[in-house]
Amino acid sequence: MLHINCPFCGLRAQKEFAYGGDATVKRPEINKEVSKEEWDNFVYMRKSPRGKHIELWHHISGCRQWFKVQRDTATHEIFKTAKMSEEIV
Amino acid sequence: MQKYSVFSLIKNAFTDHQNWEVAWKDPTPKSKYDVVIIGGGGHGLATAYYLAKEHNITNVAVIEKGWIGGGNVGRNTTIIRSNFMYDANARFNEFGMDLWRNLSQELNFNVMFSPRGIINLAHSDAQMNAYARRGNSMRLNGIDAKLLNRDEVKKLIPMADFSDEVRFPIFGGLMQPSAGTARHDGVAWGYARQADSMGVDIIQHCEVEGFDVEGGKIKGVRTSKGVIKAKKVGLCVAGSTNILAEKLNMTLPIETHLLQACVSEPVKPVLDGVVTFGAGHFYISQSDKGEMVMGGDLDGYNSYAQRGNLPTIQHVLTGGLALFPFLSRLKMLRTWGGIMDMSMDGSPIIDKTHIEGLYLNCGWCYGGFKSTPVSGWTFAHTIAQDRLHELNADLTLNRFSNGYLLDEKGLGTKTWIS
Repeated sequence: MLHINCPFCGLRAQKEFAYGGDATVKRPEINKEVSKEEWDNFVYMRKSPRGKHIELWHHISGCRQWFKVQRDTATHEIFKTAKMSEEIV
Repeated sequence: MQKYSVFSLIKNAFTDHQNWEVAWKDPTPKSKYDVVIIGGGGHGLATAYYLAKEHNITNVAVIEKGWIGGGNVGRNTTIIRSNFMYDANARFNEFGMDLWRNLSQELNFNVMFSPRGIINLAHSDAQMNAYARRGNSMRLNGIDAKLLNRDEVKKLIPMADFSDEVRFPIFGGLMQPSAGTARHDGVAWGYARQADSMGVDIIQHCEVEGFDVEGGKIKGVRTSKGVIKAKKVGLCVAGSTNILAEKLNMTLPIETHLLQACVSEPVKPVLDGVVTFGAGHFYISQSDKGEMVMGGDLDGYNSYAQRGNLPTIQHVLTGGLALFPFLSRLKMLRTWGGIMDMSMDGSPIIDKTHIEGLYLNCGWCYGGFKSTPVSGWTFAHTIAQDRLHELNADLTLNRFSNGYLLDEKGLGTKTWIS
């Protein structure tokens, strides 16, 4: 089982959390012309790397906050967690 | 090639089975091939076989990082079905069912195809309506479908929980009687043996490190066993597609996730066909050895781990126990995981790419095994003729940007929510 360090609540078991997907995918800016390719990249295209992956998690059975996690997709090692307003470099 | 038969079995018994021919050779790669297939799983080996058999292209290499049949073809729950609603998926997989029916004879290898039927259970009126619609769509495509009421289901699976106290009572189900199971690694071995006998080189423990692309054309692959030149290259590496796509600077509508399966200790026959629970994600069948073979949800986050996490197994088996309470008395023999190409609409991709001579076979989600023969058949056609066959004409890469999605379950792009 993963142990995820919620930036608000601290270390908790995986069962308290729900996954939210790739956190690096950015929605095209609102009120601007969006090309078909930009829209495709946002909706469908995923890098899905083997190794470090920045992703969204939702502390659904806890504080109910969304936050970012940097995790290795092959070893499941969690390197960092951060609030939505913070960047993971 | 030595033909397998009861007579060859008896003959070899006299020499203590010491003189069987090897089923496939272990060649060192040549410097150049007409076609290189990357990935020695079921789909890759089937592709090589149909390239040789249907298109007379035998200067072919199948290169595999591990050993053949060590990936998802040896890790799945062996279910074969074509109970799809959309025309493109239904036609594609029903053609596959015809290939399955004759596969043991064709390959001279017993793949133990056993059409015992699949029942998808419904637990509400709405679900019964949805299954009636699906069944009708299947029948329009010539696929056998039978809508069962509660009593008919009870006759087929009397050991399921039909008591009054259950949280999700069984209302009925949709059955495809011609669906079934097969021996999964036998399929890989059967294709490998026949492909090898027609001149295909099966090169194991050979990892792809990069691609040579010049002027928009594929020239070859760089591997751990040296550079292999090729006129055409086919990618059949579901589970690792994103890794190879990265080496090609391609981004695909695919995420890689982990799916677990498990088997119980073997018991006497209790379950004839395949049964899926409709109020959770759980499916079960009984192997010929008597083990209950079970599976369900993805682990739920991007993963290349090939091993699973306990909360998911617990969750899946909770559904299993709700359906078949007798499972609580069985010991679990083993659990394992495989990595899945989750495409953004749940349907596969068999297509050409923007690189000339590079072909893509990916996005099988958690249902690639049933399509092994038809995937190989259509992919071989696509590679040999450099155009899509009508069976895979809709399984294109650009269907995502064009909006012609084949979203069978209406799940959208959150592939891990199943």
